[in-house]
Amino acid sequence: MREFFHRKLERSAIGFVLAIIGVSAIGGFVEIAPLFTIDETVEKAPDMRVYTPLELAGRNIYIREGCYACHSQMIRTLRDEVERYGPYSLAVESKYDHPMLWGSKRTGPDIARLGGKYSDAWHVAHLINPRDVVPQSVMPKYGWLMRTELRTSDLGKHLAAQRAVGVPYTDAMIANASADAYGQASPDSPYAGGVSERYGAATNLRAFDGEPNRLTEMDAMVAYLQVLGRLTDAAHRQTAASGD
Amino acid sequence: MVAALTLAERQSAIAISALVAMCGLAMAIAGSDDLLGAHGVIVLIFGLGCSALVMSRYFAPEPSEERLTRYYDDPIRVGIILSLGWAVVGMFFGVWVAALLAWPDLTFDAPWASFGRLRPVHTSGVIFGFGGNALIATSFHVLQRTTRARLPDQLSPWFVLLGYNLFCAVAASGYLMGVTQSKEYAEPEWYADIWLVVVWVVYFLIYLRTLQRRKEPHIYVANWYYMAFILVVAVLHIVNNLAVPISFGQAKSYSLFSGVQDAMTQWWYGHNAVAFFLTAGFLGMMYYYLPKRAGRPIFSYRLSIISFWGITFMYMWAGSHHLHYTALPQWVQTLGMTFSVVLLVPSWASAGNALATLNGAWDKVRDDATLRFMMVAAVFYGISTFEGSFMAIRAVNSLSHYTDWTVGHVHAGALGWVAMITFGSLYALVPWMWNVERMYSPRLIEVHFWLALAGTIIYVFAMWNSGIIQGLMWRTYNDSGTLAYSFLDSLVAMHPYYIARTVGGLLFLLGALVACYNVWMTIRSAHARLAAGAGEGDRPVPHGAGAALQPGE
Amino acid sequence: MDLDHQTLVGFAKSWGLFYLIALAIGVLVYALWPSNRARFDRAKNSILDKDDRPGD
Repeated sequence: MREFFHRKLERSAIGFVLAIIGVSAIGGFVEIAPLFTIDETVEKAPDMRVYTPLELAGRNIYIREGCYACHSQMIRTLRDEVERYGPYSLAVESKYDHPMLWGSKRTGPDIARLGGKYSDAWHVAHLINPRDVVPQSVMPKYGWLMRTELRTSDLGKHLAAQRAVGVPYTDAMIANASADAYGQASPDSPYAGGVSERYGAATNLRAFDGEPNRLTEMDAMVAYLQVLGRLTDAAHRQTAASGD
Repeated sequence: MVAALTLAERQSAIAISALVAMCGLAMAIAGSDDLLGAHGVIVLIFGLGCSALVMSRYFAPEPSEERLTRYYDDPIRVGIILSLGWAVVGMFFGVWVAALLAWPDLTFDAPWASFGRLRPVHTSGVIFGFGGNALIATSFHVLQRTTRARLPDQLSPWFVLLGYNLFCAVAASGYLMGVTQSKEYAEPEWYADIWLVVVWVVYFLIYLRTLQRRKEPHIYVANWYYMAFILVVAVLHIVNNLAVPISFGQAKSYSLFSGVQDAMTQWWYGHNAVAFFLTAGFLGMMYYYLPKRAGRPIFSYRLSIISFWGITFMYMWAGSHHLHYTALPQWVQTLGMTFSVVLLVPSWASAGNALATLNGAWDKVRDDATLRFMMVAAVFYGISTFEGSFMAIRAVNSLSHYTDWTVGHVHAGALGWVAMITFGSLYALVPWMWNVERMYSPRLIEVHFWLALAGTIIYVFAMWNSGIIQGLMWRTYNDSGTLAYSFLDSLVAMHPYYIARTVGGLLFLLGALVACYNVWMTIRSAHARLAAGAGEGDRPVPHGAGAALQPGE
Repeated sequence: MDLDHQTLVGFAKSWGLFYLIALAIGVLVYALWPSNRARFDRAKNSILDKDDRPGD
């Protein structure tokens, strides 16, 4: 009987196709299926905010330049990593990251908790020529970020697409995306007030690249780097609690 | 090429090319203020080029019915050439990015030349350009020879081959311009992903239609592997690339998944791309070309079946070993680790099967560099699968992850296994395809073999050293209980190894250039012989077991 | 969906294992079934035959 079945299976190519799909996909699905309910296991972080339009634009530049190839954003639960980089990463911290940028290689250091560690001016100098501030660095120069105006006209569409995949951007955030991007990097302009109103008082409002009247890709990039690890305090709270 | 198509096929080819060109035009217009527009222009030019090519020979006489009594090998020949071309491109970029880590100012301050943009050109160039084209070309060859059936028609293989290369070209040019999803080994954006699905469905249908028309009762095991490669890659590709574009006029999209779910999906994809693209497909190659070249049947057919189902089943569970000690739930990590270790069994069964096939024919391995390429590939397959299972163990992974050890492991597999089996298979295949007795220069194959082997060994040893040193430095404490080394200390320690790996990669690239020259001269000599009036047409020369191996080669 | 995470994890952990075992047995039986030997022998030798033309 068995043997008859197998011979049938093999004679028709379709049966063979189905067997391969069955064997491979069922295995994969059994493993993957629990992950679709994984949000039940992700920690809660009610204080977590979404990326501002400027930070999101910076994140997109980070992706465009392939920074994830050399920098991870995932501190593992190992003693030396926690001592070197800070509290280990929680799942909730990347719940608005479409896609995630955990990375797979540390040619440069992990930057999951980079936000607030260095000044804006340090980041600008470092991105223009890393070897000016860190002589041994092998990071490429990103001088053109300073020379390129940031494109803000379509940021509303970016936020709308983010909302379509589950990030809770409000209508007001989407409608004011371009103005908010400008306002965040021009703290003295009339657009700045709306940013803190929509994204919280703790949002960084600064001329990140040092030039308040120009909105460059450098502004966006530094704004993103300065918010890494600072969308929620959940990781610090967890470490403090377990440290007792 | 075009002359072998029937009139109806030529018309369809023009229609399809025109449709592609129109898509390109639509992309160029809709994305005029976006990078999508630049890709539209590339697609438009490609579509116009293909229609012009067909139209230039449109009135050539139709092929005779006699063609149906022969295999259809034209797309295989072109696929071989494309594969070698991509090998040079991909490896050249590999050497460049390797050099950037030793001499970071080789970017000329140009955005397109920075490490982050060049690296995916290297990875996609070698995996999809070199490996993918080699898989398509050899699969068409193995499929026809083992089923004793001709490909179902003359147009669809061209659609698959050229359409796939359009995907590769769009991908590589996109990275340089900054179009990427950031998902490793799945970087191309949504429109390229959709196009690849179309190409892949046609590829699958060719396989299925040929299998159904087969004259052999049993489907030879090499086809199982190629089939698994086609099917599973399709599933992986579709799931991992689910995304919402910000508009139909822009290249940018946002992944449907986020955070931990996205990480799991990405590495489920990433690991199985290794399994079904870089392993299953190339095992298919090995199970045909190795016995064929050695003139001996595979050692144990039963073992090949058992390892096939083992690999097909177990790889799917192993992806989570890329996420040890991360925010992924621990039971998923443990599952991934367990299956990664068990995977060693079918992997070594395959490697052992290949080597046992050669047992008793070691004199051939000694004399024939082509066969030696395949033998070394099987050895490296064994080494890198062992290393992979080892590195998937959580405790080992805590040291190896994020370091150059991973890079060394990947290249032991990519250079030692994938590239070696491919070069071996191509050296066997090229003389058959161009109707010559042997490659232009057996001595150059020998030169290539030693360049490739030396390059691989230098590269892998450099990365093992640097990776382990890196991992140890990051976790070393001094007596007062604080971390002994800064990150920069570890970076400085890497410098000599980064130079060594550049040298290793350069040797491997030189080997690929030697291969290109050798293949080019073989083709030239074949054409010269044809022009001298052999009058044989493109009829294949019989090449049975005995003729497969030339002494002194 | 009333399937909660724990149920799915439990299912994956138990039935996944049964599936693995059943599959392994199936594959072994197929590969080692005595009457399949002839076909496998033919298959492994068939690729070495003369192959310049498609079969009829």
